[in-house]
Amino acid sequence: MTATLDPGSTLPTDDVDPFAHEVLEDPLPMQAALREAGPMVYLSRYEVYAFARYEQVHAALVDWQGFQSAAGVGLSNFRHEKPWRPPSLLLEADPPRHDAPRRVLTKVLSPRALRRLRDGWAADAEALVDEVLSSGTEFDAVPDLTSAFPLRVFPDAVGLPPQGRENLLPYGDHAFNAFGPANDLVAKGAPRVAELSGWVAEQCRRESLATEGFGADIWAASDRGDITPEMAPLVVRSLLTAGVDTTVHGLSAVLYAFATHPEQWQRLREQPSLARMAFDEAVRWESPVQTFFRTATTDVRVGEHVVPDGSKILMFLGAANRDPRRWADPDAFDLSRDPSGHVGFGMGIHQCAGQHVARLEVEAILTALARRVRSIELAGPTVRHHNNTLRAWKSIPVRVQLA
Amino acid sequence: MLDTRTDDGPGTPRAGGTAGAAAQATPVPPDVATLRVTAKTLLAEGVLALDLAAPGGGRLRDWTPGSHIDLTLPNGMTRQYSLCGDRWDPSTYRVGVLREQVGRGGSAYVHDELAVGDLVGVGGPRNNFPLVPAERYLFVAGGIGITPLLPMIGQAELLGADWRLLYGGRQRASMAFLDDLAAYGDRVEVRPQEEFGLLDLAGFLGEPDPDARVYCCGPAPLLAALEAATSGWPPHAVRTERFVAAGTGAPVRTTPFEVELARTGLTVTVEPGVSVLDAVATAGVEVLSSCRQGICGTCECGVLAGEPDHRDSLLDDAERAAGDTMYICVSRSCSDRLVLDL
Ligand code: FES
Repeated sequence: MTATLDPGSTLPTDDVDPFAHEVLEDPLPMQAALREAGPMVYLSRYEVYAFARYEQVHAALVDWQGFQSAAGVGLSNFRHEKPWRPPSLLLEADPPRHDAPRRVLTKVLSPRALRRLRDGWAADAEALVDEVLSSGTEFDAVPDLTSAFPLRVFPDAVGLPPQGRENLLPYGDHAFNAFGPANDLVAKGAPRVAELSGWVAEQCRRESLATEGFGADIWAASDRGDITPEMAPLVVRSLLTAGVDTTVHGLSAVLYAFATHPEQWQRLREQPSLARMAFDEAVRWESPVQTFFRTATTDVRVGEHVVPDGSKILMFLGAANRDPRRWADPDAFDLSRDPSGHVGFGMGIHQCAGQHVARLEVEAILTALARRVRSIELAGPTVRHHNNTLRAWKSIPVRVQLA
Repeated sequence: MLDTRTDDGPGTPRAGGTAGAAAQATPVPPDVATLRVTAKTLLAEGVLALDLAAPGGGRLRDWTPGSHIDLTLPNGMTRQYSLCGDRWDPSTYRVGVLREQVGRGGSAYVHDELAVGDLVGVGGPRNNFPLVPAERYLFVAGGIGITPLLPMIGQAELLGADWRLLYGGRQRASMAFLDDLAAYGDRVEVRPQEEFGLLDLAGFLGEPDPDARVYCCGPAPLLAALEAATSGWPPHAVRTERFVAAGTGAPVRTTPFEVELARTGLTVTVEPGVSVLDAVATAGVEVLSSCRQGICGTCECGVLAGEPDHRDSLLDDAERAAGDTMYICVSRSCSDRLVLDL
């Protein structure tokens, strides 16, 4: 329980379940309510503290000293509970253990390192868009484009063998579900955990990976002594866990946004260099990664209240990205806005190491589409995919007119 | 010849919070380009520590042991110093400064002129000397070269690694941090030259050990001796820091410069105190940014001509020298004109 410094003020409490299906279907009303309730809210159902305003989410993300990650960035507290898999050296680690793996992965995925991929990915995107459009102007954007493209280019860039790639999405889906409570979504993934984890672990071995690619680059870093050979497979695992689903749903978000905002699509067509801006605006607007937890390393004062040492804090990235205290007209998807500073990729030492990869993938697809497609609209009801952490799609049927 | 550095104490990180700082902090990152000298402490003969903080308080950019910052002194000189404070304290940087007898005046300025309350320009932090994971560390420090090693020692302690330090200097009185190091007992060998002669590197290092990493910082003759003494070790096991000769640090302009946007065809003038990012945006060309602190890489721009003044924490020395890319949220220009791929 929180101690209250100012006896006149009590901590707002809410018994909402942020992981209930109706909330996952549309989290916006809950987010608005939590933002309005105050800078910090106590969620009684899970006995955690919640930040939904931009200011507190941003501050907690950058304050790794006060809000640790090594106790797990999901609901489960690694101080008392055993994680379902060996903790990530990146996401679930604090300095100093976090330093070396982070440094290596940041270098491997840096904008400079990615330059060699740009032309190839642009060509791949053209080819995929041609393929899709040649078989019709009505299609489901999720299987045909937004999961097809990352699954086509990313595993190659990592250096995965062709077999078994269909395991990537179920593995990532389960990993992101596992950050939430042990609900039906986690139960749904449980039967395959051993098999999928085994497959992923196998891919992270040096012998499984191609001699060129992000995976080989990570192993090369271990040859140079920058990380240990024991760390290398876990760093590769981070790529495989966090590199696919997030991009798929980010790409889905931007296509859904354009399908529902025709005037913004026209802007992109007139100025294709807006593709990157559009992606970050979609990440702000839809926040594919909705939530992450931290754990207080000591009694942390937040406004008039104290988060007690060892308690879990749920940060609503999606709510922060639509906080009217930070963003003008936050619910609008608007390419004239500067989305810089959104927390959809996190912020601080744990900020998404793969963000430049995602931007490059999305830029390739949007550029190819903008060239070929004059307009894009929904062709039927969309279907969400529920995940405890991700804001995701199962189906986005669209109809396009060719240019 | 290295230009300086020092520390605080064995910089043992403390797990612990910054309490209200988190929730109270403003979402706008503090301006870390200009910091204020908040303390100046004599550590040993000719060695002092400077503490730096943002003028309005608040978090500074994060750093890791082995990082250095570029300090632009009020007299216009730029010098590099290793950070040697406590990274768990997000609002203070600490550097150690040796008064160089043969330096070009930077260290003398810090010792004689720079006062508490003065403002200095800061670039980085950047780390070309990171501590890599290992079971054992052998640290070798010469004089002021102890500074980057101190936070490494704190980190090795925290990780439960086995470590030893061999610390040489001319005379005991000029060797900083002896009190702090005394707490580590016989892990630390203090060997002032006037008492012990030259460091016995071979005896300290022993046979090549595949599980050990050797870190050395100090004057050039020490680095050369260490390289000779470790010739039988695998190359990546030995890590040394050699500072760029004083005076080659990027001159920092206090005058405006022009930025030409090659793809857009615009030219904008960047005034002192305005970031390239903001100047470009004012001209109507939005560039995506995120951290606005030179740490995330979002605002990267290709440089087609001109010489960037790198102020980020991302590029290593070789990449900086290549000069073909820059992070325009913090980096500026050395030349009158920069041409960006925008
Ligand atoms: S915005 Fe992060 S490096 Fe410039």
